[in-house]
Amino acid sequence: MQDTFEMREIYCQSLIEAAKTNKNIVVVEADLMNCIKTGPFKKEFPDRFFNVGIAEANMVGISAGLATCGKIPFCSSFGTFATRRCFDQVFISVAYSKQNVKIVGTDPGICAEINGGTHMPLEDMGIMRGIPQMLCVEPTDSVMLKALMPQIIDYKGATYIRLQRKKAETVYSEGEKFDLFKAKKIASGKDATIIASGIMVSKAVEAREELKNQGYDVGILNVFTWKPIDEQAIIECANESGAIVVAENHNVHNGLYSAVSEVIVANKPVPMESVAVMDEFGEVGKMPYLSKKFHLTKEDIVEKTLKAIKRK
Amino acid sequence: MNSEKLQVLQSKALDIRKLTVEMIGRLGVGHIGGALSIVDLLTVLYYDIANVDPKNPQNPDRDRIVLSKGHAGPALYSVLADKGYFPIEEIKTLNQPGTKLPSHCDMNKTIGIDMTAGSLGQGLSCAIGMALAAKIDKKDYKVFCIMGDGESQEGQVWEALMYAGNMGLDNLVIFIDNNGMQIDGMTKDINSIEPLDEKGNAFNLHTQRINGHDFEAIENAINTALDTKGKCSLIVMDTVKGYGVDWVASKGYGCHSMSISEEQWRNFCQKERD
Repeated sequence: MQDTFEMREIYCQSLIEAAKTNKNIVVVEADLMNCIKTGPFKKEFPDRFFNVGIAEANMVGISAGLATCGKIPFCSSFGTFATRRCFDQVFISVAYSKQNVKIVGTDPGICAEINGGTHMPLEDMGIMRGIPQMLCVEPTDSVMLKALMPQIIDYKGATYIRLQRKKAETVYSEGEKFDLFKAKKIASGKDATIIASGIMVSKAVEAREELKNQGYDVGILNVFTWKPIDEQAIIECANESGAIVVAENHNVHNGLYSAVSEVIVANKPVPMESVAVMDEFGEVGKMPYLSKKFHLTKEDIVEKTLKAIKRK
Repeated sequence: MNSEKLQVLQSKALDIRKLTVEMIGRLGVGHIGGALSIVDLLTVLYYDIANVDPKNPQNPDRDRIVLSKGHAGPALYSVLADKGYFPIEEIKTLNQPGTKLPSHCDMNKTIGIDMTAGSLGQGLSCAIGMALAAKIDKKDYKVFCIMGDGESQEGQVWEALMYAGNMGLDNLVIFIDNNGMQIDGMTKDINSIEPLDEKGNAFNLHTQRINGHDFEAIENAINTALDTKGKCSLIVMDTVKGYGVDWVASKGYGCHSMSISEEQWRNFCQKERD
């Protein structure tokens, strides 16, 4: 079922709500205000909104400078341009300088749809995860985003937020609580655990149902914060189920599968399988086509889970 | 500028050059050329113009100085040490393991450094952020950003200049240390950034061009910039790489980073005031 709210609505509303009492919150855009829809923030706080035009490096540098003066800048672009386009500025001016800048990359992976391969960030989390001490988070739906925004604002440090702009598939009900640094267990299972993030969480829920019908007891862990990763929760899943499938809307390299593997290899080696984009570039298309093309469907999760169970 | 003040600044600039040469000399190698070309500017800024206080280095109302050409760090460290931000003995630790004085400026390591730099072309955007923060908070501190001419070949510099000009940031003064040289040769031969004054004007910046080793000209240009309302200022400083130390300047672009013998730096540090 689709969410009632678009993720970007919740993002902007959360910023406005917080900015009413926190005068340090500022928004810096690079000509995508009308895509992420931060216009209402600009209307409410015109002195704390800047649009630098199509210049992501400058956007990030200005945000770093604002942060040195105690501001909490939120700057955004499509995930491709918020990360790889201005990687060195994020690395040096923000992260290495230890500045409290929040970078929002929208339209993760195949969500870029008909903007196509040039706009399809399948590597963004991998890029940001490689920067020391960068917090990397991918909120699942509007309920989670609403709960996490105040925590993200309170967190002091460089942060990358991988954000769907439009309506996500609903996973959580209003009132659900989240800790930015703790993975969220959706179900326990003794045969395998699906570790998922972003658009893959709702597909994992569907895959679990199908596997249940086939007689398997499969758990789900939503690892929405990729870094710092909740090692304890992952190790518990490995102990409990003895097999792990990682499902992500990202390239298989440097993404969630890599991050989870780092934990598993060092702590509790168990069979692992990956549902991810297998080292390919994106292309134009709608979600159903792209999901099939890149093997990111519920069926792919089911198939990989059965494979992992067989390897136990 | 009266002659007494001029003498004080000249004398201070020589002290700073001596410290800079000693610091890099003790290590044996470093970015001496581009450090020496900004000593006169740093001297005017830190001893005549800027509202900074070594006893309160994080004062939120202080003027900010961003050294975007971060490889000239040793010149700035010399000023900060001389002003008492940290003990002067620390200059002996340049680039030694665990030092607070790395090759390129690091705001988290060195007291008195307002922005980390080293990857060229990034400092001006950060300085703009600081100037915007002052506007938001209705504070009247000023931001000074020092860039290199070679550095200005980076694309981000022009993104930033365009925005600074369009925003009319009159609390931001941008300096380009135009010493005409970069690692691989003369800037004009590699990829000329001239005419800088015409480019500055075209970017809607209040642009001045001066001799970057003339104390009076530097002081006047900064005061003119600060008096100019509604426009961001660019001051193109025509300078000499390695200025003030003949055996450095005579190396031409080879003085960007060069070896220095103990005899060389000790001799220079014994130099009497003219």
